[in-house]
Amino acid sequence: MINMEYQNIFTQVQVRPKQPEVGPDLPAQDDPRTGTGFFVYWYGKLGNAQIGPIYLGWLGIISIVCFIVAFEIIGLNMWASVGWDPIQFVRQLFWLALEPPAAEYGLSIPPLNEGGWWLIAGFFLTTSILLWWLRTYRRARALGLGTHVAWAFASAIFLYLVLGFIRPVLMGSWSEAVPFGIFPHLDWTAAFSIRYGNLFYNPFHALSIAFLYGSTLLFAMHGATILAVSRFGGEREIEQITDRGTASERAALFWRWTMGFNATTESIHRWAWWFAVLTTLTGGIGILLTGTVVDNWYLWAVKHQFAPMYPNVFPETVDPALLTGGMQ
Amino acid sequence: MNIGIGGAAAIVVGSLLGVAVLVGPGWDVPPIEAEQIGWRGVAMEKVVNPRTRAKLVDASQMPEAVWPYEESPEGTPLASEIYENVPVLGHLPVDQFDRLMAQITEWVSPITDDPQEGPLEQGCNYCHNPENLAEDSVYTKIVSRRMIQMTQAINTDWDAHVGNTGVNCYTCHRGLNVPQEIWFTQDQPMRGMAGFRAGQNEPGIASASLPGDPFTPFLLDDQDIRVIGNNALPPASGPVIGTKVTEYTYSLMNHMSEGLGVNCTFCHNSRQFQGWEGAPPQRMTAWHGIRMTRALNVDYLAPLGPEYPDYRLGELGDAPKTNCATCHLGLNLPLNGAPAYLEFPSLGPAGLAPVAADGAPQAALLLPEIDGVVID
Repeated sequence: MINMEYQNIFTQVQVRPKQPEVGPDLPAQDDPRTGTGFFVYWYGKLGNAQIGPIYLGWLGIISIVCFIVAFEIIGLNMWASVGWDPIQFVRQLFWLALEPPAAEYGLSIPPLNEGGWWLIAGFFLTTSILLWWLRTYRRARALGLGTHVAWAFASAIFLYLVLGFIRPVLMGSWSEAVPFGIFPHLDWTAAFSIRYGNLFYNPFHALSIAFLYGSTLLFAMHGATILAVSRFGGEREIEQITDRGTASERAALFWRWTMGFNATTESIHRWAWWFAVLTTLTGGIGILLTGTVVDNWYLWAVKHQFAPMYPNVFPETVDPALLTGGMQ
Repeated sequence: MNIGIGGAAAIVVGSLLGVAVLVGPGWDVPPIEAEQIGWRGVAMEKVVNPRTRAKLVDASQMPEAVWPYEESPEGTPLASEIYENVPVLGHLPVDQFDRLMAQITEWVSPITDDPQEGPLEQGCNYCHNPENLAEDSVYTKIVSRRMIQMTQAINTDWDAHVGNTGVNCYTCHRGLNVPQEIWFTQDQPMRGMAGFRAGQNEPGIASASLPGDPFTPFLLDDQDIRVIGNNALPPASGPVIGTKVTEYTYSLMNHMSEGLGVNCTFCHNSRQFQGWEGAPPQRMTAWHGIRMTRALNVDYLAPLGPEYPDYRLGELGDAPKTNCATCHLGLNLPLNGAPAYLEFPSLGPAGLAPVAADGAPQAALLLPEIDGVVID
């Protein structure tokens, strides 16, 4: 018997005060928040039902404007590539892209339609992301918070910058960067791994995957634990600290009894934060080393006894290109 | 039990997505067969959808010969003694010559009365002027003569790829005037100020958005297909082979995979695509196949461009050309490996015109210039 109120992806309790919550006063030098706040039932199904007030400030506004500029450049180039046909734009959307310049342009500024748009879109997108990062930092400070969100975001930005800016600059060519497009960036990823001798053998790629998969594991364990003790009010942050012997205690005991060791309400969030941050940090290092320091990760792994060897079950073949005479 | 509208909506949307994933266009519905071909645990497998393959196998049967093969009786005159203007096959006994002509008609231009069966083909008259069969006035006669030479060349010089199985006209034509899988060099138009595709980023080979024309650089020009470095560390100097170039190679490999109905590990040990050690022997066959295809395009197909009417040409005015799918049509053994010239020895090494006394090949054979074989 499935209890749909219990095993449900939607929030079961609408968090919805009688009046919208307006938040603490802002420092004198800050603009006031925009709006007074209102409630949306379906938002309450996913999180807090209250929308707004919002603090945009000049960082937020410039960031949004820059993002829209980048989004429009990418989208309009995609639309232009199907001859401005709206139906083909929708049908082929997943295949379309704004492509970086060809290799022959190196790090120079290419013509607008041969990578120039890509550079401009990249500039605006990067500006938008960096301004939004600054915003997460300053808003955290304004509320008297730590800056953990900003530094976690910075780790993702590091990977983004390595892929689209730092590594292409080190390689001396914009053409090494990733195209803006759904399938095209996946094709790029596969081609990148093939070109550099299989990223599977890149130890930083391996670390990144370990942290990525570890993140999902921790996320599942943490989410499941808290939902499991929600019948004792475990999802309610204040009560769980004061009511010993109920939700938080049981959650800890469950893991101590099943694996002999348990996280604390502090440590689980430290684990999750570091796993998430290290996913993109190690991944970025792995990309940064590819082509710049290591050209063929498989051969690198063989050289360092990192690649296991297996018996060959096929008749031996020799590269025919190495044979001389008689070969076409 | 109270699902609620939201829960019901989530279940409906989830179910529809699940169905879409399973039966969407171009997706294979399970079960898929995976046969282990390498050492255990290294994912060297042949992956096949048995239902798709069974359909392809059924559709790829070599037709019965129109006239069964018989040795020519002693004293049969040669075709060149009976017919005019037979430079390539004139040395055949005339009964073998007639038999091949009848068979080529069935292979390439069969007479079909029922328009439902396909386009109404024209029989002998597709290539011949019925008033004078010897005349070279129909362009298809010039093309087909060159195609016979090409077939002989494949079966004679390219056994590293086609083995003793060989090819005949039906391998590619399948009863059609023009084979189903041909290619032209893609135009890469610069449309105004924006939207340049750089030859990729549209639904193409293997449903990817990889470069759509990997054939011109690799199967017509001889641009290096190999992009992976042979050393652990980057070279100190020399041309940098980047990711963009790699996408062309990857696209060609996707074409081979799709054209042959095989996955990467049919030819490669995918832990290291560039290495030959630990790779299945099929890679050697494929290596020769790439060279063969390039040679056929360069020596036979591309030079025929001036002979074709405009409607047979590509958008850049180039002749139709061949790639792996032209013969293979989704199977790693075209026509399921049926011997192609066993019953038509004139298309194999035995069919080549005899070498003249001075050792020079007869003028008709394998001339790169098409003009050399057109005789009034």
